[in-house]
Amino acid sequence: MSLRRLWAVMLKELRQVRRDRITLAMIGALPVMQLVLFGYAINLNLRHLAAGIADQANSSASRALIMDMVATGVITPKLAATSPAQLTDALRRGEISLGIIVPPDFEARRFDGREAVQVIVDGSDTVVQSAAIQLAQVPLNNVPPANTRPLGLSPAQISVVSFYNPQRRSAVNIVPGLIGVILTMTMVLFTGVAIVRERERGNMEMLIATPVSSTELMVGKVAPYIAIGLIQTTLVIGLGALVFRVPMAGSLLEAYGAAMLLIVANLSLGLLISTQAKSQFQAMQMTFFVFLPSILLSGFMFPFAGMPVVVQWLAEALPLTHFLRLIRGIMLRGASLADLWHDVAALLAISVVLMSAAILRFQKRLD
Amino acid sequence: MSVAAPLAAGNPEFAIRARGLVKRFGTLTAVDHVDLSVPRANVYGFLGPNGSGKSTTIRMLCGLLTPTSGEIEVLGLQIPREAEALRRRIGYMTQRFSLFEDLTVRENLEFLAAIHDLSRAQTRTRVEELLEQYDFADRTRQLAGTLSGGQKQRLALAGTVIHRPELLFLDEPTSAVDPESRRDFWEKLFDLADQGTTLLVSTHYMDEAERCHRLAILDQGLLVADDTPAALTAALAGRSLLVSAAEPRRAQKVIAQMPGVLSVAQVGNLLRVLCDDGRTAADRLREALRAQGLEARIEAGTPNLEDVFVAATRRTAPAQEKPS
Repeated sequence: MSLRRLWAVMLKELRQVRRDRITLAMIGALPVMQLVLFGYAINLNLRHLAAGIADQANSSASRALIMDMVATGVITPKLAATSPAQLTDALRRGEISLGIIVPPDFEARRFDGREAVQVIVDGSDTVVQSAAIQLAQVPLNNVPPANTRPLGLSPAQISVVSFYNPQRRSAVNIVPGLIGVILTMTMVLFTGVAIVRERERGNMEMLIATPVSSTELMVGKVAPYIAIGLIQTTLVIGLGALVFRVPMAGSLLEAYGAAMLLIVANLSLGLLISTQAKSQFQAMQMTFFVFLPSILLSGFMFPFAGMPVVVQWLAEALPLTHFLRLIRGIMLRGASLADLWHDVAALLAISVVLMSAAILRFQKRLD
Repeated sequence: MSVAAPLAAGNPEFAIRARGLVKRFGTLTAVDHVDLSVPRANVYGFLGPNGSGKSTTIRMLCGLLTPTSGEIEVLGLQIPREAEALRRRIGYMTQRFSLFEDLTVRENLEFLAAIHDLSRAQTRTRVEELLEQYDFADRTRQLAGTLSGGQKQRLALAGTVIHRPELLFLDEPTSAVDPESRRDFWEKLFDLADQGTTLLVSTHYMDEAERCHRLAILDQGLLVADDTPAALTAALAGRSLLVSAAEPRRAQKVIAQMPGVLSVAQVGNLLRVLCDDGRTAADRLREALRAQGLEARIEAGTPNLEDVFVAATRRTAPAQEKPS
């Protein structure tokens, strides 16, 4: 290992990145674009669902209940209906995504502790469905008793208390994870094509006929991307704090430490892909085989706890899974890397295995 | 030509010696029992059509491919076992432009200097020297990808010799270069040979082959000729004939049918005929043409490398017809 040769490979790589506009755009624009898309467009907390309301009781209590529901901001009244049938029609036609039926015997039902209000919902969208379930559970607490007498029975209610994201803003949950998603996408892709590109362009045959070693080539190609990955991390953390007011409960340095662990794991994975792929196109295809499961299984989009055990095992092999636990822990709960040493160890292990495999796979031979 | 005894280690007379070199890719035999001895400070040519095994042989000699069987000794090192040590002492210029198109002329040279372990000070002087010698003084900041074909080859050569290698492998260095650049390029090669560098150059241009000190002709993985160009052409004395006939196209068809004729090519109004035996060929040609009512004047031609190439590759023709 010669530092001079290693530095030469790194410098060469940096110069090439600097002249490659698409790569530059991926480094800078991609994080910003994803941040905006995920931060604004993908919002799992629904607001302003079009609702139809059939208040057949039309009592002061029922009117108070409906006003409370509207006040949550989850629904916007679109249709005042007279019968439940009218609501189901509107629902089928897609005019409303939610209907609230207050039966004529609302007061009596409340008094008896029977179901007093029905919320019908367009269940074809699970997110809307869960919003409706929440909606159905919250308001009865607040509705003042119909008369001075307290309710004989109160319906079983689940109160949802959100600890680390009290306003239940999606951005708080998504932005830290987004660092991981962006790093997975760009880092694997950049290094995935790194070696193949030189093979395709004919540089590799010249390089392997020189004294430069496999390790110098591999490390030298990867190292500049660590810096690039940290720039991307800075972009997402900075914009996340400025635009979406995402907190940094733990240490900023440790957040960078976590990012660094993910970067190295992803770069090693990219290199391994690069030694296997026959063309840049193939390398990109392989990248997708890593990227899709990462997005879907890591817990970024869907909760990890909801997955079957076998899938959870698979997810444990993905660097992003461990990173998400680290970064959410650090940024949202104020945990330290030491608290989360399991995931730190897992990321380190993944990196060592992948990097060794890549260096072993890369032969300074053509056959 | 072939050496029966095992290779004696460290022979100072030869830069490259190979014996019984074989490379198979699956069922294809790309290189078939090739014996080579390349003297030092020589420009040694590798002539052969595409797919004749030139590149494969060169790659085995630099240690990039492992031979299926055979022994190789390059600069006294056993290849592929000591390939890593060899890499510091050789330069290898690939068939394709192998420098980085998105780096400038100077950046490419500086990179190559660094990976060849030149110190920073050495790099500075060597790069300046090469920029001057190879006419890049006014293009140091130009991206390599925007250079012309001839300039690219010149830059690749400059990059290949940056660490002053004792031995250079050049795989079809001029295949995409205009004639004038080719001539300049060859001047550079002779300059290097003059300074004591051994060069092994593969080509499919006859005029380039002609200029080599020594020439090996490869055909379908077999070494079919290996000598100086002069000796190779002298061996064909009398076998090359110039025929001038009234209807050259028709005469050509008649001659092409005759046994013992290796090739007929029309050159202006003349036909250039290469026979496998020079003694009675002229008379037999005249007879055959007369039988077809064609009067012809026949004189002896001077055999050239084209003839050598045809004679050497046609000799292996029966081997091609074996079921493969």
